[in-house]
Amino acid sequence: MKAEFNEQALLKGLANNDSKAIETIYKENFTMVQAFILNNNGSYDDARDIFQEAMIALYEKAKSESFVLTSKINTYVYSICRRLWLKRLQQLGRYSNQVDGFEETVQVEEDLEVHEKRNAEFAIMDRALNSLGEPCKSLLEGYYVKKLDMQTLAKDFGYTNADNAKNQKYKCLIRLKKLFFAQYNIGE
Amino acid sequence: MEDNLLLQAIERYLEGAMLPAEKAYFEELRKNTPEIDQMVVEHSMFIHQMDNYSSRISIKNNLLDIHAKLLAQGDLNEGGELSAKGKVVRMWNKYRKVTAIAAVVGGAIALVISGLFTYYSPVNNSRLQELKGEIENVKNTQRSQNNQLKDVESKLPKDARFNGSGSGFLIDAKGYIVTNEHVLNGSSLVNVYNNKGEEFTADIIYRDKERDIAILKINDEDYKSLKSLPYSITKNKEIDLGEEVFTLGYPRNDITYNKGDLSAKTGYKGDSSTFQIQMSANPGNSGGPVFNKNGEVIGVLSTREKQAEGVTFAIGTKSIYNVIDDLKKSDTASALQKIKLSSSSSIKGLDRKDQIKKIEDCIFLVQAYNKK
Repeated sequence: MKAEFNEQALLKGLANNDSKAIETIYKENFTMVQAFILNNNGSYDDARDIFQEAMIALYEKAKSESFVLTSKINTYVYSICRRLWLKRLQQLGRYSNQVDGFEETVQVEEDLEVHEKRNAEFAIMDRALNSLGEPCKSLLEGYYVKKLDMQTLAKDFGYTNADNAKNQKYKCLIRLKKLFFAQYNIGE
Repeated sequence: MEDNLLLQAIERYLEGAMLPAEKAYFEELRKNTPEIDQMVVEHSMFIHQMDNYSSRISIKNNLLDIHAKLLAQGDLNEGGELSAKGKVVRMWNKYRKVTAIAAVVGGAIALVISGLFTYYSPVNNSRLQELKGEIENVKNTQRSQNNQLKDVESKLPKDARFNGSGSGFLIDAKGYIVTNEHVLNGSSLVNVYNNKGEEFTADIIYRDKERDIAILKINDEDYKSLKSLPYSITKNKEIDLGEEVFTLGYPRNDITYNKGDLSAKTGYKGDSSTFQIQMSANPGNSGGPVFNKNGEVIGVLSTREKQAEGVTFAIGTKSIYNVIDDLKKSDTASALQKIKLSSSSSIKGLDRKDQIKKIEDCIFLVQAYNKK
């Protein structure tokens, strides 16, 4: 509808978690993926989940240094969604036949393997953080996820000074690392 | 406590927060103490994991926000109530100045509608896919329409909306075209384009949903009737397994050639009015002719099997004759009585390239529209 978008610029925007770029990619691709999933035994929620997962996979790919996208964004997103949905259907045992859509597809197996490894790592970190208990969990999330500085955190959590908060943070961090690596190494 | 300090040092080292002297000292320590070296590597890896974790959380949240926002704006639709009307008004405002407004609105609605159609359509056999160009083609079509609209005014009414496209071919030089009924998909308007991109308006003369055949008639003063068709429409021709066949059609906006072999004398689930071809047909090929090597039409390409690559089905030409008979019976007075299916082929024995040159003028891109 507008002039040709520069796909590279869009991907760069996506890698920086830029809302404008994400919105553009979203608008251009979601409806097609939704139609495909609805047409193949899926629900509106499934369509949203699968599409967002594909966006995350593309985001992580776009962020990596060795990033090259050899196809157009829409072909890539569609291919990922198609594979993800096939897999989901198989897991649910809802459907065993091949599904088909209207689009050409590209090979995404390797990318999906990387993505799944990331999923597993994310789940391990999430579990580790959640089994820490408070205030460790919020303290570490504040520092590493929300990127707040120690001063702010000390105030928020009611420590008398930043040094105390910092000490506490390191104690928590040691526990988190233990929990994380215990799971991570099993996974390997 | 010692662990604590060590970790602090490692983190400062990794963050690059150490002063040069301190850094040199730490690197020396690292070199001489494998345990510390190992801890640095491990922590670096951990921090990397933590970064991945946190960036994934932010992108996830951002995606959810954007989804909700686009949904609220009406850019996405999740069932609920389909605010097609609101959408038109909104887009009208947005693109008021664009002369190609009809194409833009039509394209957008077609996306929604075709999504809904594919979802709700009960007659679609889920294992068969009709080869009508739908979503994939909408954008292309829209683009081409935009271009066309800039050059020449389209012959379509401004408020027409795109419903699907396929292929079609002449069966009578006076401008009668056969296509698949499913290409029309309930549409009330059709336009056809020849391989040069010239647009002609056409009337829908007859639809036979059962046989999946529709007859169109070009109704446009710009259309110059051919003297005769280069190919014949076979009536009772025996078809042979292994026979080489080919088709011409419009899976894209350009005419496209495809060949294959006749692989079964019956179609999907033993249907004897259709036959099976080993050929990789694409959406948009629906309604195209299937030629044998002599350049005689033996069928109309219609569906493909989803589970198997390259399994395509065609409707035998006998069905075209049956449809024409029905058509003549239904309306005995009119000019329709004069429809005569082409019965001789002038391209037998030519090589394929020359055959195609003669045929291609008779193959049309069929685009179906609805009035808003």
